[in-house]
Amino acid sequence: MSEERGSSAQTEEDEDLFVSAMESPEAARLSAGDLSPSSNGPRDDDPDDLFAEATEEVSLDSPERQPILSDGPSPAITPVSISPRVDVFDRSPDLDEEEEENRDTFDIQISVSDPEKVGDGMNAFMIYKVTTKTSLSIFSRDEVCVKRRFSDFLGLHSKLASKYMHMGFIVPPAPEKSIVGMTKVKVGKEDLSSVEFVEKRRSALERYLLRTVKHPALLKDPDVLQFLESSELPRAVSTQALSGAGILRMVNKAADAVNKMTIKMNESDAWFEEKQQQFENLDVQLRKLHVSVESLVCHRKELSVNTALFAKSAAMLGNSEDHTALSRALSQLAEVEEKIEQLHQEQANADFYLISELLGDYVRLITAVRGVFDQRMKAWGKWQDAQLMLQRKREAEAKLQYASKPEKLQQARDEIREWEGKVQQGERDFEQISRNIRREVGQFEKERVKDFRVVIMKYLESLVHSQQQLIKYWEAFLPEAKAIA
Amino acid sequence: MEGSSAEAALSVSANSIRITDVTQDGDVLTFAIASQKLNSSAGVCVFRMYEDFDWLQQSLFSEENLPGLQGIIFPPLPSKALPSQSNTQTKALKQLGFLALGQDWQSYCKALEFYLQQVAAHPTLCKCKALDSFLINSESPGKQRGRKGIFNRLSQAVEEMRKESHKDVDNFFQNERNKNTNLAASSKVATEKLLDVVMTEQKLAVACGHFATSLHLCVNQDDAAAVAFSKVCLKLSDVIEAVKRNYEKVASNNLSTLGLGLDLESRYQESEKEMLFRRTCKLIELETVRKGTEKAKANKREVMEAFQKAVEKEFNLISSVAKQEIERFHSSRVKVLKTFLIGWCELQLNTAKEFAELYSQHLEACRNMYSE
Repeated sequence: MSEERGSSAQTEEDEDLFVSAMESPEAARLSAGDLSPSSNGPRDDDPDDLFAEATEEVSLDSPERQPILSDGPSPAITPVSISPRVDVFDRSPDLDEEEEENRDTFDIQISVSDPEKVGDGMNAFMIYKVTTKTSLSIFSRDEVCVKRRFSDFLGLHSKLASKYMHMGFIVPPAPEKSIVGMTKVKVGKEDLSSVEFVEKRRSALERYLLRTVKHPALLKDPDVLQFLESSELPRAVSTQALSGAGILRMVNKAADAVNKMTIKMNESDAWFEEKQQQFENLDVQLRKLHVSVESLVCHRKELSVNTALFAKSAAMLGNSEDHTALSRALSQLAEVEEKIEQLHQEQANADFYLISELLGDYVRLITAVRGVFDQRMKAWGKWQDAQLMLQRKREAEAKLQYASKPEKLQQARDEIREWEGKVQQGERDFEQISRNIRREVGQFEKERVKDFRVVIMKYLESLVHSQQQLIKYWEAFLPEAKAIA
Repeated sequence: MEGSSAEAALSVSANSIRITDVTQDGDVLTFAIASQKLNSSAGVCVFRMYEDFDWLQQSLFSEENLPGLQGIIFPPLPSKALPSQSNTQTKALKQLGFLALGQDWQSYCKALEFYLQQVAAHPTLCKCKALDSFLINSESPGKQRGRKGIFNRLSQAVEEMRKESHKDVDNFFQNERNKNTNLAASSKVATEKLLDVVMTEQKLAVACGHFATSLHLCVNQDDAAAVAFSKVCLKLSDVIEAVKRNYEKVASNNLSTLGLGLDLESRYQESEKEMLFRRTCKLIELETVRKGTEKAKANKREVMEAFQKAVEKEFNLISSVAKQEIERFHSSRVKVLKTFLIGWCELQLNTAKEFAELYSQHLEACRNMYSE
């Protein structure tokens, strides 16, 4: 495919750009030897510290990763994938445009459909069909259908968040759990509210997947590919990890860690401070907007109900009426009002699914964004801690110089080297996460504008459609009214 | 009714009666009423308060020398509006229904205007001096405490309910009473339900306004990305503003046509109900008198029979007036409802066209802007 050829030509350029972007000569010494692959998947051993080892990031394997990193300067933090696909892990700003282009010619469609209830009573759950249609070659087929349950989605998100969030990647949050909504469905209430709940959830799961695959790194992630393609998926356990509430907890934990830092972060880069403030403000504004639009949806639904009641009363009036033409006109009036009720219902759905859910999604996304900023602070803290430790080790070594304990001295010197390495790693990590965040935020802001524009257009389309229907109804009614003799 | 020579004909044209203005001073509303003199091009304008309307209605009720008065379906006068601040909207709605809505008492004035026009158009009532003096005299007549009308509103006493369902001797009237019972109930319910719809439309418009305003607060000019996002928010705000105006218009259309129409119909059905009730009461009186006459002792019999004849005459007169009134009412209410229905449909159609156009323009603009 031409896409591949183009990209592989660029990949070579990537490596050159890396060379020129290298910060310090020490980095060159960190060869492939230091890079130990560790397991893919959620770090269950230490879920709290997402910073287990500095080399952790390297294990984010794209299957095509090759150990070319031993030659010359290479970034130890993230792998350069020489796969023919777009490389995403560390790019200098120039390459962002290409990435963006590739996002635009993005050729993958995902739909979540056919919710089906499996089982009975409190053990019941819903199964959703996930269909992926794509021409991208990382997928083994053009079209794949799999069946997934809600906890599978949460499990996917949990894995992605623990792999990528500490690198500064904005991982789209999974839809919220709902005990009340789900209980109704389990208990078997076939009423309107449980139907609406399932539809709301189906739509949310679809949007979640679409947002996830829009991110080039996540699209290539093997967990994502496995989720979309393989017919069997290991049951996700401990899915309370990273629901929206889970992310909030993680954010709070990171915030706590930040607060416990002995040295307040010296923000050398004003960009981060400004952006953080912007996102805090945006969070408040979006929440307000969300409340506003929920009120709108509520009133629209009320209007639908009242219109139906009026239609019924008009029908009764028509029945009581003796005068034939007037009676007929009143019955037609009742029919028109019934049709209008239907329009109100459709419009309420548009209000909700387009605007309200969009705002809700972005409130949750902003939480993820703020989490990523806190991860950066945590990275800074870790770097600082390493520096402190190095200093102590040096002081200890200095003391041992005059103590004639050769083994202890050697040990101290070893430890110094170890901590020097950690300091360098800490600094690189910090700078890496800072770079990633800048890029991620830039992309996020572009996507945000796109998302909102799409919604506005869809909303306007629904408004135009409603009005055109209304015109039809009124034009049909007018002769009935005029026919009253 | 032509025999009532004491009453002169109305000196203004019924169709020209308008309530042109209303002013509020604390609790009191003053209405400016204009009409056109019949024989000249001169116009008349007078100022009246609700007490004056009440005085007019009571005068009509107590009109002397109008045989069969009780058979008349009197044009219904809207209840008194209580505009004081302490009167919450819920109270006003309960009292006046649709007439409480609309800006600056517009609906209420319209209803009062209908009332005057209907009285002036009534073949019998238009001759009442009270109407002429109400419309022409610069001094307001309300100060004179006229005779209280002999008709009271239909009381809810169990006694009255029993009378209401008293079987009729005439099929025409029995049918009419049955129809009227149904129509009065249905039109009242339909009016209430439409009122609910209009209230919800207004609430929806307000909610749209809040949302549109909140979107404005998201404007942020810090950097290029924020500016782009702000533009999108402002666009959405404009769209929601349009939706707000849409619903305001739809609600106002509902109010000024169908709402007023159903309200009028509902009150007129009540008025017919009262007339039919008066006749039924007369019927019961007649039947009671007849029974009394049959049982009367010989010495009282002649007096009783004379009395019975008088009641019979009254009843027959009422019935014949009522028959005419009923026919007139049937044809006029159909015309009135037709006018309101056509007006309603045309207004809503125009509004739908207007906003279809507006939304399309917004959509076009968005498509052009966003494709770049």
